Amino acid sequence: MEYRTQFGSLESYHRGRVEPIDDDPKRYAFSNLFEVAAHSKPYEKVAVGKNLQYVIEAIRAEGTSEWRVADHDETALVMDGEVTVELLDLADTGVIAPGTDGSIGLDGDPAGTPMGHAVAGRGHMVLLPARRAYRFRADDPSVILLQTIHGKDTVEKWSTICQTMV
Amino acid sequence: MTDTAPTPTTDRFGYQQFSIGEFTFSRDEYFAYILWPTGQHVMSVDAFLRALQRDVAWDFFYGIVNFDSVLGTMNHYGKVDLFAGRFNEAYRKAELDHQETFATEEIRPLFKSMLSDWTNEGFDPFASPAETGSAFGSKHGNNDEAVTRRRVTAERMVAVPGDEVLRTDDNGHPINRQFADVPQDEPELHPAPGYEAEVCGYNLFAYLSRSQVTWNPSVVAVCKESLYCPTTEEYILPIMHGNDRVEWFVQLSDEITWDVEDRDTGAKRSKVVMRAGDVAAMPADIRHQGYSPKRSMLLVWENASGDIPQMIAEGKIPSVPVTF
Repeated sequence: MEYRTQFGSLESYHRGRVEPIDDDPKRYAFSNLFEVAAHSKPYEKVAVGKNLQYVIEAIRAEGTSEWRVADHDETALVMDGEVTVELLDLADTGVIAPGTDGSIGLDGDPAGTPMGHAVAGRGHMVLLPARRAYRFRADDPSVILLQTIHGKDTVEKWSTICQTMV
Repeated sequence: MTDTAPTPTTDRFGYQQFSIGEFTFSRDEYFAYILWPTGQHVMSVDAFLRALQRDVAWDFFYGIVNFDSVLGTMNHYGKVDLFAGRFNEAYRKAELDHQETFATEEIRPLFKSMLSDWTNEGFDPFASPAETGSAFGSKHGNNDEAVTRRRVTAERMVAVPGDEVLRTDDNGHPINRQFADVPQDEPELHPAPGYEAEVCGYNLFAYLSRSQVTWNPSVVAVCKESLYCPTTEEYILPIMHGNDRVEWFVQLSDEITWDVEDRDTGAKRSKVVMRAGDVAAMPADIRHQGYSPKRSMLLVWENASGDIPQMIAEGKIPSVPVTF
C-alpha cells in the first residue's frame, strides 16, 4: 500500500478543532500556525504556544527581515517555503545584555564578520546560536516556527488566533 | 520503608513474578495480573508491556503515566507513586484504591527487570502493531536490544557537531514504510571558514521519517528549559498521560485525535482533532490519549523546569497556559 504524508502549507491547511464534552475550548489555546502566518505581517512574531517564559512563534517570512540577536540559542523550523538564514559574528556583543529573554532587533546593518548562511526548505531546522546575529530572507511567503523565549517583540493575540467557540 | 522481592519467582509459563511493597505482578500467556491488598487488576500483556516500556524509557516521564484507567505511576522526580485506582473515581469511592511511594532507584530496576523478562523474542513494545511480532505465549527468548534503546536527548540541536547525529540507513534507521514519500533533502549549509560548527541545520521531517519507534518523544532542540520533543505516532498512545504541567502539541503532519479526560476522575472533557499545522495545549489538570490512523509526526513541546508541579499545586501558576 502507498501512503501519502500530509503536510500543511500557507496555501493548503485544514484546521482541526476542539470538540468539548465538558470543557472550555479556550483552555487548549488551539490555533493553526499556517492560518496565523497567512494573516500576519512579514516577520511579525506571533506566539502560538506559551509555556511560562518560553514561546513558540509562527512567523511569516517574506522579503528580508531585520537583524536580530538573542542571549540564548533559538531554533528556526521552516514549515513552508524556503528561507535563507544569514548569521553574523557581531563586532559589538554588548548590544544584547546577558540574561536578556528573547531576541532584540538591531538597527540597520550591524558591524561584524559574516559567518555564512543556510538555505532551509520545508522541515529543515536551523540553529540560531546564542549571541550571534541573524536575519531571514524569503523570496516567496514562507512560514517559520521559532523556538525562543518571550521577548519584547513577541505578539500575543490569543483571542484572534484561537478557537473560542464550540 | 518498602519491600522489594530480591529474587523473583518463576511461574509455569517461564516468566518471573515481581513484587514491590504490597504490589505483586505476574503474567501468563495473554495477561498481566496486578494484585494489591484491596484489589486486583488484569490487563492484556501486550498493552501492559507497551505502557511499561514508555514508563521505563522515560524514567517515569512528566507527571502521571496511566497504564490504563486503574494502574499507573506518578513521578515526583526522585520518588515515584505506584498506584491502583487512585485516579479512578469508582475505585476511590469503593475504597479499593491503593498507592505506595518508592524511591526511583528502587522501582526503576524492578520495572526494567520486568520489561526485560516479560518481553519475548520478536516483540517490540515501541513498534507499531503492524511492525512487531507477538507479545503472547510462554516465555521464549527476549528482546533486550529493543527494550533498552537509548533515548535521544540533544543538548543543543541534532546535527550540531558533538551533539546527536542524523539518522541514516547506515546507522540502522531506514525510512519508515508510511513515510516513504517524505523528502530526504538537507538544508544547504554555507559556513564561512572558522564557523563550520555554528552554521548548523538538518531536515527534521527526514529525521522523523526514519524513527523506528512510536509514541516516544526525543529531545532534538533545546532553548534553556524549553525542549522540542518530536515523535512519530501510529495506532494508539499506549498510556494515558496525566499532566503535571502544561504540555504543547504541534501537529507536523497528518492527523491525531486526542481523548481528553479529567486527570483525577477520568471524566470525559473533550476530543481534540489535530491536523498539520495545528497547535494545542494540554492543560495541567487533564490526561490524554492519542489515536493516529496513519503514522504521523507530532512535535511535543515541554517546559522541563522542575519547579512547575509545585507552583501549580500551590496555585502560583494556573493549569492553563494563557487566558483570554
